[in-house]
Amino acid sequence: MQEFALIMAGILLAGAPLVLATLGETITEKAGVINLSLDGTMLLAAMASFALASATGSAWTGALGGMAVGAAVASVLGLTNIYLGQSQLAVGFILTLLTRDLAYFLGHSYSRQPGPSLGYWGIPGLSETPLLDLLLGRQSPVVSISLAAIALCWWWMYKTNAGMRLRAVGESPRAAFGRGIRVRLSRLMACVAGGALVGLAGAAYSLAVKPGWGRPQGCEGAGWIALAIVIFGGWHPVRAAIGAYFFAALQVSGIYLQDIFPSIPAQVFQVAPFPMMIVTLLAVNLGRVGFVQDLMRRYHFLKRFSGSWPITAPAALGQDFDPKKGL
Amino acid sequence: MPRNFWLQQAIWIAAALALTLALTVLVALPSGAPPFATLRILLMGGLGSMSKFGQVLTVFVPLLLCSMGLLIPFTARLWNIGIEGQIVLGAIFCTGAMMPVDQGGPAHIALALLAGMLGGALWALLAGLLKTHGRVHEIFSGLGLNFVAMGLAIWLIFGPWKRPGVASMSGTETLQPSLWLERIGSLAASWTALGLACAALALVAFLLVRTQWGLGLKAVGQNPKAARLFDLSPRLRMLQAFALCGALGGLAGAVQVLGVYHRLLPSISSGYGYTALLIGMMSGFRILPVPFICFFFAVLNVGSIQLPLQLNLDSSLSGVIQGLLVLSVFVTQGLRAYLTRRREER
Repeated sequence: MQEFALIMAGILLAGAPLVLATLGETITEKAGVINLSLDGTMLLAAMASFALASATGSAWTGALGGMAVGAAVASVLGLTNIYLGQSQLAVGFILTLLTRDLAYFLGHSYSRQPGPSLGYWGIPGLSETPLLDLLLGRQSPVVSISLAAIALCWWWMYKTNAGMRLRAVGESPRAAFGRGIRVRLSRLMACVAGGALVGLAGAAYSLAVKPGWGRPQGCEGAGWIALAIVIFGGWHPVRAAIGAYFFAALQVSGIYLQDIFPSIPAQVFQVAPFPMMIVTLLAVNLGRVGFVQDLMRRYHFLKRFSGSWPITAPAALGQDFDPKKGL
Repeated sequence: MPRNFWLQQAIWIAAALALTLALTVLVALPSGAPPFATLRILLMGGLGSMSKFGQVLTVFVPLLLCSMGLLIPFTARLWNIGIEGQIVLGAIFCTGAMMPVDQGGPAHIALALLAGMLGGALWALLAGLLKTHGRVHEIFSGLGLNFVAMGLAIWLIFGPWKRPGVASMSGTETLQPSLWLERIGSLAASWTALGLACAALALVAFLLVRTQWGLGLKAVGQNPKAARLFDLSPRLRMLQAFALCGALGGLAGAVQVLGVYHRLLPSISSGYGYTALLIGMMSGFRILPVPFICFFFAVLNVGSIQLPLQLNLDSSLSGVIQGLLVLSVFVTQGLRAYLTRRREER
């Protein structure tokens, strides 16, 4: 039981940055903008927050700095895409590579240096209970922050007016425009807010989950996984979070599998999430593939599975909006 | 075409360069690097001597192969991000085909290059099939397959193909010298590799501009639904585009093995696939600027090797400059469109 709680605690910790990044990207994509720069943004934010934390001695200042970096990168994407009309996929991909190299370049002198970390939070009431103390009571603050963020994100998106406006500009920008919503400004705000969360995810890596900075840091590739989880989660914050914990579980199990098969190099286990990413994307899209639909028409019992995990992208995802031209 | 077209074009390119320069200086300042000395080292490190020029050519070849390859799927609006993995698979197939060979000749080298092309094409087809028959976006399948290819290479190097006794990141056993591509005098580059790159340039330009197949591919990119109604079989064309691009990527990997490293390394692709994607975007998916951008990027890549030695800076600065350059081009393009539209409205 003790061991099980430890494994679960490991999954919660490994999943925290993935959850934060996935929520950030979900917000951005809900508004209709695809921010492809996740992977590099997280790396740059991780570097910036570690450097800032080392310089000021306060890990929380570092985390705030990471959020600012994430927001800044996202605003570059937002401005060039929304106001200058450049392709969001192209700019996002350029920013991925640019921020990654920038992180390695600027972080050169912080490489393999000791630095502050976010430490542990003892939550009163939980830290004395057996088992729960391992799971939540004495965990890194990023775990509680990520759990709170899931709830907050869901409430904000589906229960508030601002969240409704966010979904409106992503589903039907023209209708939203007709209702007097400033579509491009809302999209920019969503982009920046999502970027800040992604930046926090990067900070969570370098200050809590994989403390420190180096080349490689250890979070390379996590941004791409997060992008895939957004699709897997069907653009719903809670389901996206479930997906993030699923991938975190996969990462944690890799550590145990390595003990079982010591002859296989560690790098091979590190790539395991990526074929899994392709398989999950294949699985969630299978219901829309032509020959699978034919099969479903022939064998009715197959239909029972198709509706269980519906994914529908925001209708205007990836489409630019210009109030003077139309969609 | 307006009368001042070329003048305007030149002004906007200059603006993009100025923006890049300003951003580079801005970025280099916090690391304490003297900006202009750094730029000088970058350029001199790439063009300072004949041997450096030879190294630039060895980088230029895979970059040109990959970016010409990428133009094919780009024409159909497909993002073959998997090119990085296709380079690796090309290198793996090439090494695997030549491992049992003791004494090689031109026929063996040709076979090795073909094996590399086959490996890249198969890996690209996998991403293509996931796109056309599995509805997985090619960005995700390609990226995932890149990591898988990397894992495969590392597994081969540490497992079945390890050097007798030692398994390390420094790669597999060196190939027989008779299988190496012959070098130009004392330069690191080889005529075969350069010839292949130029042939790829000509072939892709011919395919995309002069053939009906290229026109059909363009139609598939512009309007897939109409392309299907006109019986252009978009799926088949997309798969062909992927396979061709993968073959060129695989060829780049094979050239890296036969001409540069003479063995399989974990980092055999050196990130050239991603750099080639940047080149494709910067060229605006047109053929003419590609070789020039490839050459410039190759100079930056080779020049950056000097940075850790002379200034104790990280060599990723070349990647930063390349990224900033492409970003600046996009920003100035956007500004230009914005300004012309405002002028028309007035």
